[in-house]
Amino acid sequence: MKKEFTITVYGENQIGLLNRIAIIFVRRKINIDSMNTSPSEIVGIHRFTILIDETEEVVRKVCRQIEKQVDVLKVYFNTEENIVWQEMALYKVSTEQIAEKAKVERLLREFGARVVAITKDFTIFETTGHREETDKLVKVLEPYGLTEFVRSARIAIMKSSRGFHEKLKEFEQRAPGEELIENEYLNQRQGVFSM
Amino acid sequence: MEKIETIVDQKEASDKLTATKTATPVKEVVEISGSQAVLEAFIAEGVDTIFGYPGGAIMPIYDAIYDYHDRLKHILVRHEQGGIHAGQGYARSSGKVGVVFATSGPGATNLVTGLADAMIDSTPLVCITGQVFAHLLGTDAFQEVDVINITTPITKWNYQITDATEIPSVLAKAFHIAGSGRPGPVLIDITKNAQLQKFNYSGYKKCTFIRSYRPKPIVRKEYVERAAQLINEAKKPMVIFGQGVILGKAENEFKAFIEKGGLPAAWTILGLSALPTDHPQNVGMLGMHGNYGPNVLTNECDVLIAVGMRFDDRVTGRLDKYARQAKVIHLDIDPAEIDKNVKATVPLWGDCKETLPMLTALIEKKQHKEWLAKYNEFTQKEIDIVIKDELNPTTDELTMGEVIKVLNELTKGDAIIVTDVGQHQMVTCRYAKFNETKSNITSGGAGTMGFALPAAIGAKFGAPHRPVVAVIGDGGVQMTIQELGTIMQTGIDVKILILNNQFLGMVRQWQQLFHDKRYSFVDIESPDYVMVAKGYRIEGQSISKRDQIKDALSTMLNHPGAYLLEVMVGKENNVFPMVPQGCSVAEIRLS
Ligand SMILES: Cc1ncc(C[n+]2csc(CCOP(=O)(O)OP(=O)(O)O)c2C)c(N)n1
Repeated sequence: MKKEFTITVYGENQIGLLNRIAIIFVRRKINIDSMNTSPSEIVGIHRFTILIDETEEVVRKVCRQIEKQVDVLKVYFNTEENIVWQEMALYKVSTEQIAEKAKVERLLREFGARVVAITKDFTIFETTGHREETDKLVKVLEPYGLTEFVRSARIAIMKSSRGFHEKLKEFEQRAPGEELIENEYLNQRQGVFSM
Repeated sequence: MEKIETIVDQKEASDKLTATKTATPVKEVVEISGSQAVLEAFIAEGVDTIFGYPGGAIMPIYDAIYDYHDRLKHILVRHEQGGIHAGQGYARSSGKVGVVFATSGPGATNLVTGLADAMIDSTPLVCITGQVFAHLLGTDAFQEVDVINITTPITKWNYQITDATEIPSVLAKAFHIAGSGRPGPVLIDITKNAQLQKFNYSGYKKCTFIRSYRPKPIVRKEYVERAAQLINEAKKPMVIFGQGVILGKAENEFKAFIEKGGLPAAWTILGLSALPTDHPQNVGMLGMHGNYGPNVLTNECDVLIAVGMRFDDRVTGRLDKYARQAKVIHLDIDPAEIDKNVKATVPLWGDCKETLPMLTALIEKKQHKEWLAKYNEFTQKEIDIVIKDELNPTTDELTMGEVIKVLNELTKGDAIIVTDVGQHQMVTCRYAKFNETKSNITSGGAGTMGFALPAAIGAKFGAPHRPVVAVIGDGGVQMTIQELGTIMQTGIDVKILILNNQFLGMVRQWQQLFHDKRYSFVDIESPDYVMVAKGYRIEGQSISKRDQIKDALSTMLNHPGAYLLEVMVGKENNVFPMVPQGCSVAEIRLS
C-alpha cells in the first residue's frame, strides 16, 4: 500500500549530490512530491528532506540505494506519526479586493496568515502549516481573486532523533561502534543495516 | 591485485595506527602541473597501464605523459569504448583498478557504455576525462559535454576538478572508492586549466578513509550464528555464488566453506571460474541458459545460500516463483542488494572474505551425498537431451560447443576466456573449463556486444603470462573490430575466435521460439575476417569442417602473437536449456 513517507538524508555538501539522489527516484519513475535541501544542525553537512508517496518496501530499497552513495552519511525514512513537519505558503491577492471586502481579512486571520508585503496593487500573505490548511486557504481565497500561490517543500524533524552530532562522531572514527550499526528508523532487520 | 590488497591492508592497519602514520612522508614541496600530479598519483597507486585516446581537452596530460613513458605504459586504443572495455578486461584479469583516459565531449560520451557495463558488473575503474577550461563551463564551448551529469547514474562516484590543487586528494579518493567495498567505476573530469595549472605539490597521500563511506561493514556475529544453524539443520542446502567471491578474493575461503558443509555450489556467469570447473561440488551454471539441475533444484532446496550475487532476473527467472520454499541466506557487501529482489531470511551483510570463514567455523562437517547425487541425475538427463549433441554432434554442421570442447582439451582449462554477448557467450560459459579464478571475463549485467575484443586486449595486459582467448560472435566482433588496430600496434598476443553463425544468433533464437520464426533483421553479413585481420597484419584462417577444428585451434594457440580464427558453425542452432522469460527456473526447457 502506498503511503506518504518523509525521507531525511544527511550528506556531504558536494556539488552533484542532489542530482545523484534525485535520479534514484527518477530511475524508478517515482514522483518526488517535494524536496528541500538545507544546512543541518552540523556545519558542512547538508540535510535533504524528500517527500514521496510509495510503498514501504520500495521506500526501504530506495533509501538503501541513496545511503550507498559515497557522499551520503545516513538516510532515515518516516511516516507522518514520527515527524513534525511544516510547509510555508505565499498568497498574492489584489489590495483593492482586500480593502473592499473585510471578510477576506477575517478569513485570513482565521487561517493565521501574516501579511508580508503590501503595495497599492497587491498584498502578500504567508502561512506556515500543514498542507490541508494551505490548500483550504487557496480554495477560500480563489473567489476573491488569488493572483499567485506558491508553497515550499516540506521540512521535517524526526521526533525521536537526538540530532546527528553523536552519529557524526562515530562516522569520523575509523572503526564504527556497535551503536552505528543500529538502525533506529529502518530497523526491520534487527540492526543489520546501518540505516 | 597488489594494489587493492594494499588499500585493504592499509585500511586495516590504519584502524590500529594513528592516521598520520599511514600518510606517505611529506616530501619537499615542488612546483608541478596538474597533469603531472595526475601521473604522480598513478605511480603512487601502482598503476602500470593506461588505456586512452587523446584530444584537445586532455592534451596537457598527454604532454606530461611524454615524460613518464618509462614508468607508465599508455595503450593507444582505436575508440574510447575500446579503451574502457580494455580497462575493464585489465581490471578483471589482474584484480587491480583499470585506468582510462579520454578527451572531453565525444571522447567522454564514448565511455558511457563501458561505464554502465563496469557499474553493473562492479569493475573497479578510474576514468580521467579532459574538460574545457573552467571559465567556459556551461557555455556550449567546443567539445563541452556535461559528462558529470551524463555519468552520474553509471558511476560509483564522479567529480569535476577545476583547480589543480585538488588533484592529489581527489585521485586518492577515486582509487580508494573504485577499488574498495563493492568496486565500481569512478570518473574524474579535469578542466584544461587545472591540467595546466602549476601548484605547490607536497607528495601524494593514499586515501584510506572517507567519513561518509564505509566499504567494509562490521559483521554481526548473531547473523553468522543464525545462518550456520540453518545450514546445519538443512537437508537440501544449495549454494549459489557470484562475482563477489572473486572481487572479495575469497576463492579459498569459499572452497573451504562448501567443502566442509558438503554443499553443492552453482554459479552465475560472473561467478564462473571462482571455483574450478572440475570441483566435485561444482554443480554448474544458474539462470536462463544455465544447467538443468541447479535451476530446477533451486526450487527444491530447503536452504539457499547466496554468496556475492545479486539475484539478477536472468538468474532468477520469474521472481514470484523463485525458491519460495527455501530459507535464504544472503551474503553480500552491498546492503542495497540484500532484500532487493529476494527477501533474505538471514541477511549476512559483510565482506565474504570475512563472513565465509566465520560461517565455516560454525557449520558441521557434512556430505549431503544423496542430495548431491540428485544434481547428477539431472546432469545425466541434460547430457542425453542437450549436451551430447552439442559436444559430439552427428550432423555435418559444426556446433559452438564442440569448438569449445576442443579448446578445453588444448588449453586444459588454463586460459583466460573473454566472451562477447550472445549464443556463443552462453555456450562458452556453459562448456569452457576453468582451473583458475579471474579466468572468465564477460559482460554479464549489461550484456554489451563489442565487449570481448577490447576486453581481451586489456585482460592480456593485466595478466601477460596467461593465454587469452576472445570468443566472439560475428555480430559482436563487428561492433569493436577497430581494436584490431590496437592489437597490431601493440603486438599484444590475443587469440580471437569468431564463432560465425551468419546471424545475430541469440536474437534469431528468440525470434524463432517466441516470434514464429519471423526473422527480422538478424541476418548479418560479415566481411572476410581473415582478410580484415591481414590488413591489420594479424594472421588468421577460417574453417568450416570438423576435422579442421583441432589443428586450427592449436595453430591459433601456438602462434607467436595475435591470431584470428573464424569457425563457421551451424546457422540455426539454439542454446538450450532455456528458462523462457516469464517462467520460473523450474520450468526450464531442454529443447
Ligand atoms: C550493444 C548491443 N546491442 C544489441 C544487443 C542485443 N543482442 C543480444 S545478443 C545479440 C546477437 C549477437 O549476435 P552475434 O554477435 O552474432 O552472436 P551469437 O548470438 O550469434 O553467438 C544481440 C543483437 C546487445 N546485447 N548489445
